[in-house]
Formats: sequence, C-alpha cells, structure tokens
Amino acid sequence: MLEILGKTNVDFMGKRKIAFAFSGIMVLLGLVAVVQIVRGAVNLGIDFAGGTAVQLKFDEAIRIDEARKALESNGVGDAELQEFGQDNKLLVRVKASTTIEEKTAERVLGIFAKEFPNNKFVVDSSTEIGPTIGKKLQEDALIAVVISFAGIILYIAARFELRFGVAAALATFHDVLAVIGAFYILDKEITLLIVTALLTLAGYSLTDTVVVFDRIRENLKIRRRESEEAMINSAVNQVLSRTIVTSLTVVLVLIPLTMAGGEVLHDFSLALLWGVIFGTYSSVFVASPLLLLWPGGHGRLLKRN
Amino acid sequence: MKKVSGRLSLLLLVMTVSVVCSLPSYQPVFQALPAWAKAVLPNKGITLGLDLQGGIHLVLEVDEDRAVEIAVDRSVNSLQDLLVDKKIPAESVRRTGPQQITIQFQNADLKDQIRNLVDDFPSFVETEAPGTASLVVWELREAEIKRIKDSAINQALETIRNRIDQFGVAEPVVQRQGLKQIVVQLPGIKEPKRAKDLIKETALLEFKMLDEDGQIKLELPSRVPKDQEAEIVKQFADKLPEGDQILFERVIEKDTGREYRVPYLVKKRVMLTGDVLSDARVAIGQFNDPYVSISFDAKGGVEFERITGDNIKKRMAVVLDNTIYSAPVIQERISGGRAQITGTFSMQEANDLAIVLRAGALPAPLKIIQDLTVGPSLGQDSIEKGIKATLFAGVLVVIFMVVYYRLSGAIADFALVLNLVCLMGALSALTGTLTLPGIAGIVLTIGMGVDSNVLIFERIREELRNGKAVRSAIDGGYDKALLTIIDSHVTTLITGVALFLFGTGPIKGFAVTLCLGIAINLFTALVGTKVIFDLLNQRRKVETLSI
Repeated sequence: MLEILGKTNVDFMGKRKIAFAFSGIMVLLGLVAVVQIVRGAVNLGIDFAGGTAVQLKFDEAIRIDEARKALESNGVGDAELQEFGQDNKLLVRVKASTTIEEKTAERVLGIFAKEFPNNKFVVDSSTEIGPTIGKKLQEDALIAVVISFAGIILYIAARFELRFGVAAALATFHDVLAVIGAFYILDKEITLLIVTALLTLAGYSLTDTVVVFDRIRENLKIRRRESEEAMINSAVNQVLSRTIVTSLTVVLVLIPLTMAGGEVLHDFSLALLWGVIFGTYSSVFVASPLLLLWPGGHGRLLKRN
Repeated sequence: MKKVSGRLSLLLLVMTVSVVCSLPSYQPVFQALPAWAKAVLPNKGITLGLDLQGGIHLVLEVDEDRAVEIAVDRSVNSLQDLLVDKKIPAESVRRTGPQQITIQFQNADLKDQIRNLVDDFPSFVETEAPGTASLVVWELREAEIKRIKDSAINQALETIRNRIDQFGVAEPVVQRQGLKQIVVQLPGIKEPKRAKDLIKETALLEFKMLDEDGQIKLELPSRVPKDQEAEIVKQFADKLPEGDQILFERVIEKDTGREYRVPYLVKKRVMLTGDVLSDARVAIGQFNDPYVSISFDAKGGVEFERITGDNIKKRMAVVLDNTIYSAPVIQERISGGRAQITGTFSMQEANDLAIVLRAGALPAPLKIIQDLTVGPSLGQDSIEKGIKATLFAGVLVVIFMVVYYRLSGAIADFALVLNLVCLMGALSALTGTLTLPGIAGIVLTIGMGVDSNVLIFERIREELRNGKAVRSAIDGGYDKALLTIIDSHVTTLITGVALFLFGTGPIKGFAVTLCLGIAINLFTALVGTKVIFDLLNQRRKVETLSI
C-alpha cells in the first residue's frame, strides 16, 4: 500500500489562529479587488468593459515597442499590447471609449499592414463588443454567481445543518476571493472565462469541503463524548490523505492545461489551479475551524439522518 | 452478494450505445458504415464551436427609429406623386420630425383639398398646426409606429437569412434575440470582412434623376479625393436648390487603382426603388467588365418604362445606399422590364451586389454591437493544443493512479476511459457543440473522474486497516463513500447548471461538458468500478486486495 501520508495526528484546529490571520489577509485582498472591479479600476476584459481586441499572428517576430509606436503614430494611442511566446502572436486591445462603428479592428489591421509591409500576418481572432453587450454580460455573470451560491448553500444546509452550509459557503467565498485577489495583484485580465473558472472552482472547493464535513458529521454521530475540537481534528486527519490525493489528481490535469493549453485557456486553467490549492487549504484550515466558532449542541446532529 | 451479471450487461450496453452514438462525430468511420446504419444514426455528431473551427459571431441591432423615418420618407414621396397627379400646387412636402410630415402651400383655398388627402394615407392623422392657414401637419399613428418597428426586425431577419443562404455558408445561425437584436453565426467562414459587409449593407436601391438645371452643378469639382465627401456637402449646403442633394459616384482608375469620388447634383425625389426587382444577375460586358443585370417585376417594368419614356435625353442615377453606381443618359423608352447597373467593380463585388439586390433591402440600417471573429488558424491551433493538454493530463492521471493504487488504480483508469467514451457518446447524441472551454471541461472531468474512486479506495483502505475481509471492505467502502460522492457531485452540478443558464457561447459549451461529465462520473464510479471488483471476487476468494 503506497501512501503519501500514514496515519496523521496533526493539531489543525490548534493552528486556526494563524490560518485565520492568513485567510483574513487573502479575503481582504479579494474584497479590495472586488471593490476595484465595481469601480471599474481593474483590468476588466473587453467582454465586460466593451471595446476591441485583435490577435495577430506574424510571420516574423515583432517588437512590442515598435508595434506600440506604429499604433500611436497612427492615432490608436490607448491600446494595450501583449505578446504570446514563440508564435509571434500579438494581442492588441483597445477599450471601451471606442464604438464598433469606428471600426477599430479594421484600423488596427490597416496600421500593421502599412507600417510593417515586410512582416505578413494573419488575423487569429478579432472581438468587438459594444458597451450595451458588456453590461448585459456583467449582469448575467452576476446572476449566475448569485444563483449558484444560493443553490449550494441551500443544498449543504439541507444535507447537513445550517452552520455547515454557512461555513462551507464562507470557505468557498474565501477561495474565490483569494483567487480574485491574486489576479488583481498580478494585473491579470478579468474576463467572462475567468468568471467561469471562479464558479467552477467554487463548485470544486465545495466538493473538497463536503468530503471533510461528511466525516465530521459521521464522527459526531459515533463519538459523542469527545470535545468538538478533538473530534473535528481527528475527522480532518482521517480524511487528510483523500483530501490531498483528490486535489492532486485535479492539479495533475490542470498543470498541462496551464502550460500547454494555449493562450486562451492559460489564465482560465491558472485560476482553477490556484482555486484547487486554496480550496484544499480552506477545507482543512477555514471551513472546519469555522464550525468551532459556531458550535452545535452535543449530539444534535443525531436528530438528522 | 448482489448479482453481477445484470450490472455487467448494463455497463456493456452503456458502452456500446456510447460508441455507436459517437460514430457520427468521426466522419471517416461514419462514411464507411453501411447505408442502413447511416439511416438509423443521426448524421451529425459533435460540432465544433466557433472558437475551434473559426468563424464569426455577430450581434446586430436594428435601428428602429431610422426604420420609422424611412417609412415616413416613403410616404412623403408618394404624397408628392399624388399631389402632382391631382394637380394640386403645393409648395413643399417634407418630413419635419421623426414621424411628422408638413405640407406647405401658398393658396389657403387649397387647405381643405389637401386635408382630404389624409384619407389616402390611413397610417397618418392630422394634428393641430399652430395658426397658419398655409400649413397642414400629419403625424404617424402610434399603432403604426409600433407595427413598423416590429416588422423592421422581422424583415431584417428574413433579409439577412436570404443573403446568407445565397452567400453559401454551411450551417449558419440567424436568430432573433430579445426585442431588437439579431444573432448571426457563420462557422468556418474564410472571408469574414466580406460576409460582414454583405450582412450589414442596407442595399436600398433607388433610381433618381440628376438635376441638370441647378446652377451649382457647374461649381461642383469634377473629382474629390476619397473621404472628403462630407466637406463638399457642407461647402455647398447653403446653395443647394430646394429638393436637391449631392451624391457621389465611386470611381477607381483602371491603370493606377487610385480611388476617388465624383459629385453629382441629384433630385431627392425617388423615381423607383429596389422593391420592384424580381431578379439580379452578374453578367460580363463587352470590355470584360462585370455588371449586374436586373429585372423588374410586372409593376416595376411598367413604371420603369413610363419613367424612361418621360425623361428621354436626361440622366438618371442608379443609387445604392446613397452612393451612385452610374448615371447614364436615357436614350429611349426602355420596355421589357430590364436594366443594367454598371460601375467600377470587381467580379466579387458585382456578385455580392447581385446577392443583396436579390435578397432585398434592409428596412433600416443595422448596428453591429458584438463581433467575435476567429480565424481558422487559431481554431486549428487551439484544437491541437487542447488535445495535447488533454492527452498529457490523461496520461499523468493514469500513471499516478496505477502507481498509487496498483490494480485498483488500473480499475479506476478503466473507469476514466469509460467516462471519456460516455462523454463523447452523450455529446454526439445531443449533437452538442465542443468549444475550447468545453475541452477544458473534458480535462477537468478526467481529474474529477478519478476523485470518486479515490474517495472509495481510501474508504476501502480504512476498512482494511480496521481488519475487515476484502469483500466486506469493498462493500463497506462503496457504501460509506456513496453519500459523500453524491453530495460532492451535486454541488458541482449546481454551479454547472447556473453556468449553463446564464452563460453564452463557449461558456455554455463548458457547462454542458461539465454537467454531463459529472453525471457520467457518478455512474462509472458507482456502477462501473464496483462491477469489476465484484467480478474479481466472484472468480475466487480474494485474500489480499491490490489497493
């Protein structure tokens, strides 16, 4: 029997103060990021903000500063440029202030064709989104977030107990906020795809929490004499190896997807990857200790199930 | 012990159905099938999303207010005609607001006569004109405004559909979205710009007479550089005779390829519009230059004959979307209901012009409010990278499971393969769309697919450690992990459903693969692997379990 961990007996609950402090910082950072998103002060993707994005694939390498100069001297000054690795790919983004009617995409193509006549390119993709659509997508994303969170809390509350539902939801919020915070610090673009990743990792992080909670619930039924802290601690230790192995398998698939999945999937997989790591941490160090902050009566769970 | 054979046959059945269902997705295999098999199976498998096969996704909005204005303008034209027919000497008839017509006349005695004309225009109602005796004002009725707006979007939808059908795109989507939006999806299209132009062009064809008596005609420059039309119009705005306008002809010098504009003084009054066309075809002229030959319907033919007969030796402009294509001198009365549109255009432009003329004009201009274009090269690139990442991820997980759980790991790996086979089958059967995030969803399914087995195996290990016999450890492991597995799957499913309901395009694709993956996962983990463990146990009594 190959085992990553043998029988462990770590005092996870005893370390909750350190964990709460660390998580508090992450959550704070995430909240700052959310406030900034609402204020529109972050790197919001053009699918939310509206604007134009053109991705070009050149025959030869193109220097980003030359490209910027070419755009600026032709009146497209507010463009953001991004290169992609060895493929000579260049992503040009021009945000909101422009409307589709101005044909920004065509203008950008024209400029590159004129300024770099010897470096032929093909258009990988071009996206133009009007401000009304961006608003609609923002609303839809918000509704999806609210509905899935409400659904999850209700489900867990129904299957366990309200305090379990709330603790699981808080831990999940923690994971999502931590990833948003990390993206904010790294100035990564918040796109529709990233929101999708956030929702998926919310679902995944819950899966992880449920595994731990399940064992806590089980132990609550059979070990009624022990203190809740000791009992939760032993439950976490009992499921520790499965918590780690299940996360490990997902991490194993996300690493190739992040490294080799192409530019479109890179940030998406990265968000998921961090989400899985935070999710594993939070089910042990956040969700479980939260139960101690809101203790249930001894043996109360016996009435259910 | 429960009977194995029933579950085993269920498992085999599911696998067979999945494989059969996914056949249409692999066209080479599908084409090799006998005819009866092709007839039974759906002939379409998984379609690739726009992000994978390239193509364009447009959301267009109809300019409804403009549609109303255009309708009012049309009434102004027919009212002018009516006034001429009835020999009522009105001074001017103009659209004086988005939905308002003002008729001005010198002689106050005409007022009653003009007011009675409203009977011929039932969509208008006369409004109180402030005080003057030489003015009649009509307003478009509210109900009529609503009708025009409603029909504008339907008409636009129909027109776009016609144009795309004639352009020739495989499996286009043209749909109404919400109140005034139209979604157009053209997968796999090679010339996105041309397709967009074709869709967006209003294609309003009008025949108008040149004003050859106007004084300023002589002052107009003979040619204007491209993009300076607006300045010319501004420059002559004050001197423009009543009822005239300046329109431009697009000319390309044959030798140099230089493009410029020729201004013309044109009477605003529309003699005939493209509504009366019955057909438009490309033809080749004597100098090998393409032109579009148009045929009028019966009514249009009669009308065209009358107009040309009345205007012999005068010049008539052929105007499309306010650009003059040609302005020939009418040599004689033209009967037979045919005419030509010549101009400096390439074969392809002539072809596209014929398409838009055949498909008819849009009721109002369209605004593109969302435009996603993916080139075919990126799509191909994404597929390759996606497949590579998927394979790599799969191999990593398979190896990990075998190393960590030995024989049991191999059984879990079998479940993984089963997962993928079923997922492909389900996607094919639903003729689902595979998008790039959808591929990510599949990869995620691989990762989460073994999770259920990990939960079960860790439980079995625990039971074994507690000294249970192999068989009861397996049964206990499955039983005890069951609730955990269901709980954890349902939570992910809830997110998947939310994403499906509110996601668009690629994200919907992700949600579909995620939800299907979770459901299939539940089946393979609880039925698939258990059957194999039971089979192993059935043969002989297993003393030790390789886990």
